[in-house]
Amino acid sequence: MEGASVERPVHPTADVYLRVGAVLVILTVLEVGVFYVPAFRLVLVPVLLVLSAAKFTLVVMFYMHLKADSKFFTFLFGVPLLLAVGVMIALLFLLLGALTLRGAAGPG
Amino acid sequence: MTHAATGHHTSMGLDNRKMAFWTFIGSECLLFGSLISTYLVYKGRSVVGPYPPEILNIPFTSVSTFDLLMSSLMMVLALAAVQRGDMKWGKIWLFSTALLGLVFLGGQVLEFTEFVHKGLTISTNLFGCTFFVLTGTHGAHVAVGVLWLLTLWVRALQGKLGPANAMTVEITGLYWHFVDVVWIVIFTVVYLIQ
Repeated sequence: MEGASVERPVHPTADVYLRVGAVLVILTVLEVGVFYVPAFRLVLVPVLLVLSAAKFTLVVMFYMHLKADSKFFTFLFGVPLLLAVGVMIALLFLLLGALTLRGAAGPG
Repeated sequence: MTHAATGHHTSMGLDNRKMAFWTFIGSECLLFGSLISTYLVYKGRSVVGPYPPEILNIPFTSVSTFDLLMSSLMMVLALAAVQRGDMKWGKIWLFSTALLGLVFLGGQVLEFTEFVHKGLTISTNLFGCTFFVLTGTHGAHVAVGVLWLLTLWVRALQGKLGPANAMTVEITGLYWHFVDVVWIVIFTVVYLIQ
Protein backbone atom coordinates (compact mmCIF):
# COMPACT_ATOMS: atom_id res chain seq x y z
CA MET A 1 0.00 0.00 0.00
CA GLU A 2 3.04 2.28 -0.27
CA GLY A 3 2.17 5.69 -1.60
CA ALA A 4 -1.54 5.13 -1.05
CA SER A 5 -3.60 8.13 -0.03
CA VAL A 6 -5.36 7.86 3.30
CA GLU A 7 -7.49 10.07 5.47
CA ARG A 8 -5.53 11.38 8.46
CA PRO A 9 -7.11 13.42 11.25
CA VAL A 10 -6.08 17.04 11.63
CA HIS A 11 -4.39 17.74 14.96
CA PRO A 12 -5.41 20.51 17.38
CA THR A 13 -4.05 24.02 16.86
CA ALA A 14 -1.25 25.59 18.92
CA ASP A 15 -3.95 27.55 20.76
CA VAL A 16 -5.59 24.32 21.98
CA TYR A 17 -2.18 22.93 22.99
CA LEU A 18 -1.49 26.06 25.06
CA ARG A 19 -4.87 25.90 26.78
CA VAL A 20 -4.37 22.21 27.62
CA GLY A 21 -0.89 23.10 28.95
CA ALA A 22 -2.42 25.79 31.20
CA VAL A 23 -4.98 23.29 32.56
CA LEU A 24 -2.18 20.77 33.22
CA VAL A 25 -0.24 23.37 35.21
CA ILE A 26 -3.35 24.29 37.23
CA LEU A 27 -4.03 20.61 37.98
CA THR A 28 -0.41 20.11 39.11
CA VAL A 29 -0.61 23.17 41.39
CA LEU A 30 -3.88 21.77 42.83
CA GLU A 31 -2.22 18.36 43.40
CA VAL A 32 0.68 19.86 45.32
CA GLY A 33 -1.64 22.29 47.14
CA VAL A 34 -3.97 19.50 48.27
CA PHE A 35 -0.94 17.56 49.56
CA TYR A 36 -0.04 20.40 51.93
CA VAL A 37 -3.56 21.28 53.17
CA PRO A 38 -4.35 19.30 56.37
CA ALA A 39 -8.11 19.61 55.76
CA PHE A 40 -7.76 17.31 52.74
CA ARG A 41 -5.94 14.58 54.72
CA LEU A 42 -9.00 12.28 54.84
CA VAL A 43 -9.77 12.52 51.12
CA LEU A 44 -6.18 12.97 49.94
CA VAL A 45 -5.81 9.68 48.08
CA PRO A 46 -9.05 9.84 46.02
CA VAL A 47 -8.53 13.55 45.24
CA LEU A 48 -4.95 12.94 44.09
CA LEU A 49 -5.98 9.93 41.99
CA VAL A 50 -8.74 11.94 40.28
CA LEU A 51 -6.39 14.88 39.56
CA SER A 52 -3.71 12.51 38.25
CA ALA A 53 -6.24 10.68 36.05
CA ALA A 54 -7.44 14.04 34.66
CA LYS A 55 -3.86 15.03 33.73
CA PHE A 56 -3.20 11.60 32.22
CA THR A 57 -6.39 11.81 30.13
CA LEU A 58 -5.67 15.35 28.91
CA VAL A 59 -2.16 14.44 27.70
CA VAL A 60 -3.34 11.23 26.02
CA MET A 61 -6.40 12.81 24.37
CA PHE A 62 -4.87 16.09 23.16
CA TYR A 63 -1.08 15.77 23.07
CA MET A 64 -1.06 12.13 21.91
CA HIS A 65 -4.06 12.92 19.67
CA LEU A 66 -6.19 9.93 20.67
CA LYS A 67 -9.26 12.20 20.71
CA ALA A 68 -9.02 12.77 16.96
CA ASP A 69 -7.03 9.72 15.82
CA SER A 70 -8.28 6.29 14.80
CA LYS A 71 -10.17 4.38 17.50
CA PHE A 72 -7.86 1.46 16.74
CA PHE A 73 -4.97 3.35 18.37
CA THR A 74 -7.18 3.87 21.44
CA PHE A 75 -7.74 0.10 21.43
CA LEU A 76 -3.98 -0.61 21.10
CA PHE A 77 -3.26 1.66 24.06
CA GLY A 78 -6.38 1.10 26.14
CA VAL A 79 -6.34 -2.70 26.31
CA PRO A 80 -2.76 -3.02 27.72
CA LEU A 81 -3.46 -0.06 30.01
CA LEU A 82 -6.55 -1.76 31.45
CA LEU A 83 -4.57 -5.01 31.70
CA ALA A 84 -1.79 -3.20 33.59
CA VAL A 85 -4.30 -1.59 35.98
CA GLY A 86 -6.02 -4.98 36.45
CA VAL A 87 -2.69 -6.70 37.18
CA MET A 88 -1.84 -3.90 39.63
CA ILE A 89 -5.13 -4.28 41.52
CA ALA A 90 -4.88 -8.09 41.49
CA LEU A 91 -1.29 -8.04 42.79
CA LEU A 92 -2.21 -5.58 45.53
CA PHE A 93 -5.06 -7.81 46.71
CA LEU A 94 -3.09 -11.05 46.39
CA LEU A 95 0.28 -10.00 47.84
CA LEU A 96 -0.93 -7.54 50.46
CA GLY A 97 -3.45 -10.17 51.57
CA ALA A 98 -0.73 -12.84 51.74
CA LEU A 99 1.68 -10.52 53.63
CA THR A 100 -1.07 -9.49 56.08
CA LEU A 101 -2.02 -13.15 56.72
CA ARG A 102 1.66 -14.09 57.22
CA GLY A 103 2.02 -11.17 59.66
CA ALA A 104 -1.09 -12.25 61.57
CA ALA A 105 0.22 -15.84 61.80
CA GLY A 106 3.34 -14.58 63.57
CA PRO A 107 6.99 -15.70 63.11
CA GLY A 108 7.60 -19.12 61.57
CA MET B 1 -12.01 17.05 9.49
CA THR B 2 -9.29 15.21 7.60
CA HIS B 3 -6.52 15.79 5.10
CA ALA B 4 -4.79 13.46 2.69
CA ALA B 5 -1.43 11.98 3.62
CA THR B 6 0.93 9.64 1.87
CA GLY B 7 3.34 7.05 3.21
CA HIS B 8 3.40 3.41 4.31
CA HIS B 9 -0.05 2.31 5.35
CA THR B 10 -1.74 -0.82 6.57
CA SER B 11 -4.84 -2.29 4.93
CA MET B 12 -6.80 -0.33 7.57
CA GLY B 13 -5.55 2.93 6.08
CA LEU B 14 -3.43 3.66 9.15
CA ASP B 15 0.26 4.54 9.13
CA ASN B 16 2.13 1.32 9.92
CA ARG B 17 4.84 3.11 11.97
CA LYS B 18 2.22 4.78 14.10
CA MET B 19 0.38 1.51 14.61
CA ALA B 20 3.62 -0.27 15.57
CA PHE B 21 4.48 2.53 17.95
CA TRP B 22 1.11 2.44 19.70
CA THR B 23 1.62 -1.33 20.11
CA PHE B 24 5.05 -0.62 21.65
CA ILE B 25 3.49 1.97 23.99
CA GLY B 26 0.93 -0.66 25.00
CA SER B 27 3.76 -3.02 25.95
CA GLU B 28 5.42 -0.21 27.89
CA CYS B 29 2.17 0.21 29.87
CA LEU B 30 2.62 -3.37 31.06
CA LEU B 31 6.31 -2.78 31.94
CA PHE B 32 5.61 0.32 34.03
CA GLY B 33 2.43 -1.26 35.40
CA SER B 34 4.50 -4.12 36.81
CA LEU B 35 7.13 -1.75 38.27
CA ILE B 36 4.48 0.48 39.90
CA SER B 37 2.70 -2.64 41.23
CA THR B 38 5.95 -3.87 42.76
CA TYR B 39 6.50 -0.48 44.41
CA LEU B 40 2.95 -0.45 45.81
CA VAL B 41 3.05 -4.05 47.04
CA TYR B 42 6.24 -3.43 49.03
CA LYS B 43 5.23 0.05 50.18
CA GLY B 44 5.52 0.39 53.95
CA ARG B 45 7.29 -2.99 54.25
CA SER B 46 10.82 -1.67 54.80
CA VAL B 47 12.23 -2.80 58.14
CA VAL B 48 15.03 -0.19 58.17
CA GLY B 49 15.07 3.50 57.13
CA PRO B 50 15.24 5.92 55.51
CA TYR B 51 11.48 5.86 54.87
CA PRO B 52 9.68 7.85 52.11
CA PRO B 53 8.37 10.76 54.27
CA GLU B 54 11.88 11.34 55.65
CA ILE B 55 13.58 11.56 52.30
CA LEU B 56 11.20 12.59 49.47
CA ASN B 57 11.46 16.26 48.52
CA ILE B 58 8.01 17.29 47.23
CA PRO B 59 8.78 20.94 46.28
CA PHE B 60 11.83 19.82 44.25
CA THR B 61 9.91 17.02 42.50
CA SER B 62 6.97 19.36 41.82
CA VAL B 63 9.35 21.58 39.84
CA SER B 64 10.60 18.49 37.92
CA THR B 65 6.98 17.54 37.18
CA PHE B 66 6.25 21.06 35.92
CA ASP B 67 9.40 20.86 33.78
CA LEU B 68 8.31 17.59 32.16
CA LEU B 69 4.76 18.89 31.55
CA MET B 70 6.18 21.97 29.84
CA SER B 71 8.45 19.76 27.73
CA SER B 72 5.32 17.96 26.49
CA LEU B 73 3.82 21.32 25.54
CA MET B 74 7.04 22.23 23.65
CA MET B 75 6.85 18.87 21.86
CA VAL B 76 3.34 19.45 20.49
CA LEU B 77 4.31 22.99 19.50
CA ALA B 78 7.31 21.50 17.63
CA LEU B 79 4.99 19.07 15.82
CA ALA B 80 2.55 21.86 14.92
CA ALA B 81 5.44 23.98 13.58
CA VAL B 82 6.89 21.12 11.49
CA GLN B 83 3.45 20.25 10.11
CA ARG B 84 2.92 23.83 8.88
CA GLY B 85 6.48 23.93 7.48
CA ASP B 86 7.75 26.52 9.97
CA MET B 87 11.13 24.90 10.51
CA LYS B 88 12.59 27.89 12.38
CA TRP B 89 10.13 27.37 15.25
CA GLY B 90 10.22 23.62 14.72
CA LYS B 91 13.94 23.64 15.57
CA ILE B 92 13.44 25.99 18.55
CA TRP B 93 10.65 23.86 20.09
CA LEU B 94 12.50 20.58 19.44
CA PHE B 95 15.62 21.90 21.16
CA SER B 96 13.53 23.35 24.02
CA THR B 97 11.89 19.94 24.56
CA ALA B 98 15.28 18.21 24.68
CA LEU B 99 16.64 20.90 27.00
CA LEU B 100 13.73 20.50 29.45
CA GLY B 101 14.30 16.73 29.28
CA LEU B 102 17.95 17.30 30.21
CA VAL B 103 16.88 19.55 33.10
CA PHE B 104 14.58 16.77 34.34
CA LEU B 105 17.45 14.26 34.13
CA GLY B 106 19.76 16.66 35.97
CA GLY B 107 17.13 16.95 38.71
CA GLN B 108 16.91 13.18 38.95
CA VAL B 109 20.69 12.84 39.24
CA LEU B 110 20.66 15.48 42.04
CA GLU B 111 17.81 13.68 43.80
CA PHE B 112 19.48 10.26 43.58
CA THR B 113 22.81 11.71 44.81
CA GLU B 114 21.07 13.36 47.78
CA PHE B 115 19.32 10.08 48.64
CA VAL B 116 22.58 8.14 48.55
CA HIS B 117 24.19 10.75 50.84
CA LYS B 118 21.25 10.32 53.24
CA GLY B 119 21.83 6.56 53.29
CA LEU B 120 19.25 5.33 50.78
CA THR B 121 20.69 3.08 48.07
CA ILE B 122 19.12 0.39 45.90
CA SER B 123 20.15 -2.24 48.49
CA THR B 124 19.23 -0.36 51.69
CA ASN B 125 15.61 -1.49 52.01
CA LEU B 126 12.52 -2.45 49.98
CA PHE B 127 11.63 1.22 49.45
CA GLY B 128 15.12 1.99 48.06
CA CYS B 129 15.07 -1.04 45.77
CA THR B 130 11.60 -0.47 44.29
CA PHE B 131 12.00 3.34 44.18
CA PHE B 132 15.34 3.32 42.31
CA VAL B 133 14.24 0.60 39.86
CA LEU B 134 10.97 2.42 39.04
CA THR B 135 12.28 5.98 38.79
CA GLY B 136 15.58 4.80 37.25
CA THR B 137 13.73 2.93 34.48
CA HIS B 138 11.67 6.06 33.85
CA GLY B 139 14.85 8.18 33.82
CA ALA B 140 16.42 5.81 31.27
CA HIS B 141 13.35 6.33 29.07
CA VAL B 142 13.74 10.12 29.41
CA ALA B 143 17.43 9.80 28.44
CA VAL B 144 16.50 7.82 25.30
CA GLY B 145 13.88 10.47 24.50
CA VAL B 146 16.41 13.30 24.87
CA LEU B 147 18.84 11.52 22.51
CA TRP B 148 16.01 10.94 20.02
CA LEU B 149 14.95 14.62 20.21
CA LEU B 150 18.52 15.86 19.77
CA THR B 151 18.91 13.57 16.74
CA LEU B 152 15.77 15.10 15.21
CA TRP B 153 17.03 18.60 16.03
CA VAL B 154 20.38 17.92 14.31
CA ARG B 155 18.52 16.54 11.27
CA ALA B 156 16.41 19.72 11.25
CA LEU B 157 19.59 21.84 11.39
CA GLN B 158 20.94 19.87 8.40
CA GLY B 159 17.72 20.61 6.51
CA LYS B 160 16.73 16.93 6.48
CA LEU B 161 13.53 17.43 8.48
CA GLY B 162 10.46 19.07 7.01
CA PRO B 163 6.69 18.73 6.71
CA ALA B 164 7.22 15.50 4.75
CA ASN B 165 8.76 13.98 7.90
CA ALA B 166 6.02 15.21 10.23
CA MET B 167 5.11 11.61 11.07
CA THR B 168 8.64 11.04 12.44
CA VAL B 169 8.18 14.04 14.73
CA GLU B 170 4.69 12.82 15.71
CA ILE B 171 6.04 9.37 16.68
CA THR B 172 8.85 10.98 18.69
CA GLY B 173 6.14 13.05 20.36
CA LEU B 174 4.11 9.92 21.19
CA TYR B 175 7.15 8.49 22.98
CA TRP B 176 7.83 11.74 24.81
CA HIS B 177 4.22 12.19 25.94
CA PHE B 178 4.11 8.58 27.12
CA VAL B 179 7.19 9.25 29.27
CA ASP B 180 5.30 12.29 30.60
CA VAL B 181 2.10 10.37 31.48
CA VAL B 182 4.17 7.70 33.25
CA TRP B 183 5.72 10.48 35.35
CA ILE B 184 2.24 11.89 36.11
CA VAL B 185 1.39 8.50 37.65
CA ILE B 186 4.75 8.12 39.45
CA PHE B 187 4.54 11.64 40.92
CA THR B 188 1.12 10.88 42.42
CA VAL B 189 1.67 7.27 43.50
CA VAL B 190 5.25 7.53 44.79
CA TYR B 191 5.67 11.14 45.92
CA LEU B 192 2.25 12.49 46.89
CA ILE B 193 0.51 9.37 48.23
CA GLN B 194 2.96 8.45 50.98
